Amino acid sequence: MPSLDDLRKRIASVKSTQKITKAMKMVAAAKLRKAQEMAEKGRPYSDKMNLIIQNLSKAINDPMNAPKLLVGTGQDKSHLCVVMTADRGLCGGFNTNIVKQAKKYFNKVLKDSKKLKIITVGTKGLDQLKRDYGKYIIKKINFKDKKKLTFKDAELIGNEIVKLFKDNEFDKCVIFFNKFKNVMTQIPQSQQVIPAKQENKEKEDENSSYEFEPEEDEILEDLLPKNISTQIYKGFLENSASEQGSRMTAMDNATRNAGDLVDKLTINYNRSRQAAITKELIEIISGAESL
Amino acid sequence: MSEDFNVEIVSPEKSLLKEKSNSIILPAYEGEMTILSNHIPLITFLKPGIIKVSGNSEKKYFVEDGTVEFSNNNLTILSSTIVDLKDLSKNKISEMIENTKNQLKEENLDDKKRYIFSHKLDCLSGINQ
Repeated sequence: MPSLDDLRKRIASVKSTQKITKAMKMVAAAKLRKAQEMAEKGRPYSDKMNLIIQNLSKAINDPMNAPKLLVGTGQDKSHLCVVMTADRGLCGGFNTNIVKQAKKYFNKVLKDSKKLKIITVGTKGLDQLKRDYGKYIIKKINFKDKKKLTFKDAELIGNEIVKLFKDNEFDKCVIFFNKFKNVMTQIPQSQQVIPAKQENKEKEDENSSYEFEPEEDEILEDLLPKNISTQIYKGFLENSASEQGSRMTAMDNATRNAGDLVDKLTINYNRSRQAAITKELIEIISGAESL
Repeated sequence: MSEDFNVEIVSPEKSLLKEKSNSIILPAYEGEMTILSNHIPLITFLKPGIIKVSGNSEKKYFVEDGTVEFSNNNLTILSSTIVDLKDLSKNKISEMIENTKNQLKEENLDDKKRYIFSHKLDCLSGINQ
């Protein structure tokens, strides 16, 4: 049985923890609104960009000479995985979910005895992957000291990926991020960015031949790296909205748990105080009686 | 009207415009072009210039670069540098002109960039008059 003093201290400590989680929840809620807005507004751009690329890839009739970024190297030997996570913790299963999804993919790649290369974006993912997959990580990027991620930052990563691709470092590139569905649900996603062409099973009945200005090759050369950056930027936006949403729910739960704990401890505290009083009374009465 | 087609202007941050229009003038890479409905499918780049959207009301946007796709009477303009002309103040434009001038002065500029920058300069000073 803990003493009264211990109980009092524990109640005080749980209460101050509750204050912290409550504050974090409010901050997350405020940030979430902004991040969510950005993520939702940013979606049409990346979707449209992807659509244009897909339309373009349909229009190409000579796959041999098409840019490698679009159709791939024709090999499937090594994979580059870009795992995008947060730089901060205390956001529920957010980071773990991405990492779990990524690990599943890694294991599949390794089982097929293909080469695996990893780029981590954000420190939390790195921490979780370091132990098991440390030797595959070729680059670690984090934006810890940055307050807001811009398109420029995404471009930085995009250019890096394109450079690696041009050096024949990998054949396929997949990015991992959390797609923001709503505050409660974030879906970990993997998206293939290189080659940009997706294997569509659908029949292409509409044979739209585009007019290009300038030439087709020039457009593709410019558009494909841009598309990668755009997709990464989308990942950023989705991720930051998801992170805040996830943190908000996690902190809400924590606050509620702390409340429950305080209630339980207070009952305990009151009971043991009452017990002590009763005990003292009994002692006094029985002392008086024996006189 | 049957001569209308859908226009959508999207930047990475938000969707700027989504409406019907009957004619659009674009500063395409190899010269200005006007797009009317039932244009053949088209993909092109933009150079710095002004996009004019005429529909119920006329709207003007300044762009530095971007990608345009037209198919099935849907026009999509993707640009990360698009701004409504109304939101551009004179000071802002002067500032941009200065910046462009500085960029033009730089050595070892390739022809393509030089062309783009000088074009941007012309266009900006055109607005500021």
